Amino acid sequence: MRTSNRSGAVSPQRGLEVGLKLLLLGFLVLYAFFPIAWVLSAALNPANTLINQNLIPPNATLDNFRRLFDESMATDVHPFRPFALWIWNSIKVSTISSVIIVGLTAIAAYSFSRFRYRYRRQALLTILLVQLFPNILAIVSLFLLLQLIGNVVPWLGLNTHGGLILIYAAGALGFNTWLMKGYFDTIPRSLDESATMDGATRLQTFRYILLPLIRPILVVLGLLSFIGTYSDFILARNLLKSADEYTFAVGLTFFIRGQYQNEWGAFAAAALLGAIPIVVLFFVLQRQLVGGLTAGAVKG
Amino acid sequence: MLLDAAGIWFAYGLFAHDGALVATILLIVIAVINAAFLLDVLNPLRWIVPGLALMVLFVLYPVVNTLGVALTNYGNGHLLTKEQAITQFEGQYYSPPGAPTYAWRAYRAPDDTFLLWLTDTQGRSYIGDPKTGITPTAGDDPRFGPKDDDGLPKTIGKYSKLSRLEIFPYLSTLQSFTLQAPEGILRIVSLDAAPVALHKYTYDRARDVLVDHQSGAEYQSIDGVFTARDGSELSPGFSASIGLRNFVRAFTDPDVRGPFFSVFLWTVAFGFLSVLLTFSLGLGLALVVNDHRLPFVGAFRALSIVPYAVPGFISALVWVGLLNPFYGQFNALLSTLTGVSPQWFSDPTLAKIAILLVNLWLGYPYMLLISLGALQSIPGELFEAASMDGATGLQRFRFITLPLILVALGPLLIGSFAFNFNNFALIDLVTGGGPPIPGTSQPAGATDILISYTVRLAFTGGQGGRGVDYGFAAAISVFIFLIIAAITMVNFRFSRQLEQVSENL
Repeated sequence: MRTSNRSGAVSPQRGLEVGLKLLLLGFLVLYAFFPIAWVLSAALNPANTLINQNLIPPNATLDNFRRLFDESMATDVHPFRPFALWIWNSIKVSTISSVIIVGLTAIAAYSFSRFRYRYRRQALLTILLVQLFPNILAIVSLFLLLQLIGNVVPWLGLNTHGGLILIYAAGALGFNTWLMKGYFDTIPRSLDESATMDGATRLQTFRYILLPLIRPILVVLGLLSFIGTYSDFILARNLLKSADEYTFAVGLTFFIRGQYQNEWGAFAAAALLGAIPIVVLFFVLQRQLVGGLTAGAVKG
Repeated sequence: MLLDAAGIWFAYGLFAHDGALVATILLIVIAVINAAFLLDVLNPLRWIVPGLALMVLFVLYPVVNTLGVALTNYGNGHLLTKEQAITQFEGQYYSPPGAPTYAWRAYRAPDDTFLLWLTDTQGRSYIGDPKTGITPTAGDDPRFGPKDDDGLPKTIGKYSKLSRLEIFPYLSTLQSFTLQAPEGILRIVSLDAAPVALHKYTYDRARDVLVDHQSGAEYQSIDGVFTARDGSELSPGFSASIGLRNFVRAFTDPDVRGPFFSVFLWTVAFGFLSVLLTFSLGLGLALVVNDHRLPFVGAFRALSIVPYAVPGFISALVWVGLLNPFYGQFNALLSTLTGVSPQWFSDPTLAKIAILLVNLWLGYPYMLLISLGALQSIPGELFEAASMDGATGLQRFRFITLPLILVALGPLLIGSFAFNFNNFALIDLVTGGGPPIPGTSQPAGATDILISYTVRLAFTGGQGGRGVDYGFAAAISVFIFLIIAAITMVNFRFSRQLEQVSENL
């Protein structure tokens, strides 16, 4: 079959196959876009409710979007929420966390890949296992820990971005060190050895030989970490208490408290805007990301 | 060095705030960091310590702490430490019948300090200062201002008299005062009376009993509650070690066991079905879009992974709106097509289907991507050889594609199972675990997976408002951890064997 159609002549059987496949794909694209289309429609719909919607709203406006940024458009039913601040908080927290994660995992993975010492395997395995403990269940301990730290260093305590960043960063180190170590292992050791022979110190070898070579995995892990922290609402919801400190993920759940039907439009607009940074990142770096995903990451 | 100084200052600060354990850990971490940089043998450690330090403090410590909590009854009624509970008991007073009672009036200074004017039953008056105790008044005290209608001075030095109405804002402050009088401790109990009171309880450290002086009863400390010989208990209790009883309870207490097993079964089923459904759809789609001669195949491929680019929590929330039985668009579509509008979130079976439906949408693009990768790595000669031997399309899929793909993706599928096993965010956002399973004393819902059930036990105490039970929740979390760790270890072995196998190919 594979070879028989190379001439370009289309047999009836092949035509049927193509037709069926296209039909199937059509259905799947409908399935994939069903929620997205409705969110877009709700965001543009001035009615701002879940009730009586049309896929193409009769008099589309950007009111729902304006409502997110403009305090004067707020009403009792649709209170103003500092949406722009939340997005900014999310971007800030996610960026700093990813930079810390990538930096620390790179040097740790270098050690695990390039040195040989006792208990190396055990250490690697331990950091992986410890990280498997679901952190939502350790949240009481985390809460008390941040409270304690906040007594001494206020900007790392509860309800601060500093404390949240530390917990995000620490929680992502184990798994990422594994991925990074795997990547280091693919770079031949002979490269380091020749650099050492030329008189380079370990730090120089790392900085000038290896760092440029591992750039792709740094980008992938950085992005995956960014997406992971951007999407987290469990830790953030429990550790951030005041609305000014909320990240976008925590803030968004507040659109649907109680009056889901009444704020559907504002929620849809917020969801669309909030998804944009991630969708853009995803498609710009799709090729690299897919490589990283097959290396074992699962999206949260 | 600067770092050391900062770290030690930090540890010192923690000691000052009851953080001795954390401070000790911090000091050990600092010592290890110093050793790593000073000793050349520990060179490999130098590269690891920054990350390791973070992990020890923010991952390992909380985990170990949680494991410790699993051995206690920390939770509602047992939230205090024993010391805190004892302090609270020892701060309670009682007035024996016939105790001398004073009448009182308050004086307030602008800096919110107070004096009391006390009059005993014989009409003698005293000045009470919360800091120094009570002293008899002297008629010619130079601090006294002019007298008012009650015959009391309007001011005493910088203090001025509060009328009955003015007292109210300060009443709770005044009631917290304990004044040392000759007969005992004087406390304000009402707007008129300040009787002499005695300590109700004292704690006998040597015998570990709390003595009630009012009734004479002695309370033994049993499992975090002070219990009298006749079985009566004092509230509040405190957190105490109860050994492995939390673990035993999960398996033996019939009230707990019922929901626990049904939740556990659904957790496994949910994880397995999620992987099965997403993988089937993803692989099926991959087989179709891998056909490069199909028109627009590139566009289809790009479009079909769009759900993957949207952050999962947003998609989950959107689906909740779409599945709304009254207004949701998905239900509108269904009722147009089939005439039924299912009550997704109130029927247990439908709620489970809804969860799987949402998870299918969220998860199939990942499976599509990894299946495509695996498909493209299968050598084409295998298919040609099979075709020559007369294999049909179905046979080629069954005997070549599927086994090879399963081998390549096995670890990822197991990883996906482990991920869904703990997919708290999805359950929490879509159904919140509901609808509740009727007739259970524990707050379990039909779509609860182990982790969401545990979180509810720990934090909200569930629909029944039974209160939080951190100890029991921590015990279940240990159980969850063991399962996930076991799956991961198996996966780890499995994937290493696979690597060895594929090297030999």
